[in-house]
Amino acid sequence: MSENSAPIKTISKPAKGEAGKTGDWRSQTPRIDHQKCSQKDSCLLCWLYCPDGVISSNFPLQIDLTYCKGCGICAEECPRKAIEMIDGR
Amino acid sequence: MATTSVRQLPKTELIMPGTRSCAGCGLMLTYRHALKALDEGKTIVAVPASCMTVLHGVYPITPVNVICINNPFAATGAAATGIVAGLKATGKTGYTVVAFAGDGGTYDIGIQALSGAFERRVNFIYVCYDNEGYMNTGTQRSSASPVGAITSTTPILAKLQQKKEMVKIVEAHNLPYIATGSPSYPLDLFDKFKFAKNVEGSRYIEVHAPCPPGWGFPNRNLIKMGKLAVESGIHVLFEIRDGKFSLTSRSLALANKGRKKTVSDYIKGQSRFRKISPEQISELQAFTDKRWNELLERHFKDSGDA
Repeated sequence: MSENSAPIKTISKPAKGEAGKTGDWRSQTPRIDHQKCSQKDSCLLCWLYCPDGVISSNFPLQIDLTYCKGCGICAEECPRKAIEMIDGR
Repeated sequence: MATTSVRQLPKTELIMPGTRSCAGCGLMLTYRHALKALDEGKTIVAVPASCMTVLHGVYPITPVNVICINNPFAATGAAATGIVAGLKATGKTGYTVVAFAGDGGTYDIGIQALSGAFERRVNFIYVCYDNEGYMNTGTQRSSASPVGAITSTTPILAKLQQKKEMVKIVEAHNLPYIATGSPSYPLDLFDKFKFAKNVEGSRYIEVHAPCPPGWGFPNRNLIKMGKLAVESGIHVLFEIRDGKFSLTSRSLALANKGRKKTVSDYIKGQSRFRKISPEQISELQAFTDKRWNELLERHFKDSGDA
C-alpha cells in the first residue's frame, strides 16, 4: 500500500564512537609489557574481560587507546601482571 | 559446566567501541558476550528505558550492530510479544527475539508485561540484568537492592527490606529454560545464551551485573566483585531445564567443596554498605544461607534423579 511505504526516519545507524572518542575519559592508561605476556599460549583474559572490547585478540595484543575508557580491569585480571596502569592519557 | 573455551569465542564484536556506558560496566560486558552467543545477523532486541538505552546511544548513531526497538519502561514483555507476532504475520523465520531489561524494568515496573508474555508462552528470551537499583537515573532503590544498601532514595536509613526473589516468581510460570549468570564468568554466560537460543518458548536469564559507580567500588574490581558475589552465595549460578535444576560453573564447584566466603567479605569492598548495621549483616547472611541451602538441596535431588 502506497500510504504505508513512506520511509521511517527515526532509525539510528550503527557507527563507531557514538559517545565521541571515549579515550578522553581516561585518567590512567594501560600499557602492555610484551615481554611478560607470553604471546603464544596467552590466556586472552584481558580480551575476555574488557567491557568495551577494545583489546585485540591477535598477538601482539593491542589496545585501541582512542576508545579505551581506562577502567583498569585488564591490568587487574592479567595473571602475569603484564599490563600496568600509568597515570595520565 | 562451561564447555566453550576462551579461544572458541567468536572474535566478531557486535558492539562498536565508543559507547556511552560507564568505564568498567558489568552490563556492557554481559551484553558483549550475550550478543556473541546470539547473533547470526538475526537477533532483535527490545529495550526499555534503562542503562541499556543509554548504551544504545542517541539518534542518529548507535554503537550496536543489532536490530533494536526502544519501548516504554513497563512494556518490555508486551513489545517483545509484538515483535514475535509481527515476525509471524510477515512470515519471517529464524529470528531470535531478546528482551533486555534492568532490575527496575523487571522486578518493579515491567513485571506485569513480563508475566503476561510468559503466560502467553511467547517465543522469546527475557534477560534481566540485575544491577540492584535504578542506576541509570541516579542509584534509586529498587526491589532488587539488597538489605543495608544506601541508595539515593534510602540515603539516611539504609534499605530495610531483603531483595525480592524474582527467579521464584518466574519459575511459577513453568518456563522451559531459566538460568542465572554473571559477567565475571563469561564462558558460563556464553554457554547459557547459546543454549537458550535453541529452546522453543519463553526463556528467562537473570544476570547479576556489578555497577562500579552505583555500588561504590573501583572500576578495576568489576570482575572480582562479581566473583565475590558468587563465592559468598549472594548470587548463585544455576540453570533450570524443563524443571530440572542444576548448579553450574563456580557455584557447582562450591557445592562440592563448600562455601568459604561470607557476606561480610562481599560487602566490605562497596561503599553503598557503609551504614549497614551488624543485625542487617547477620540478616543478609541468614537470607543468603537459607537460599543457598535450598538450592543445594534441589541440585543434589535433581542430579540424583538423572
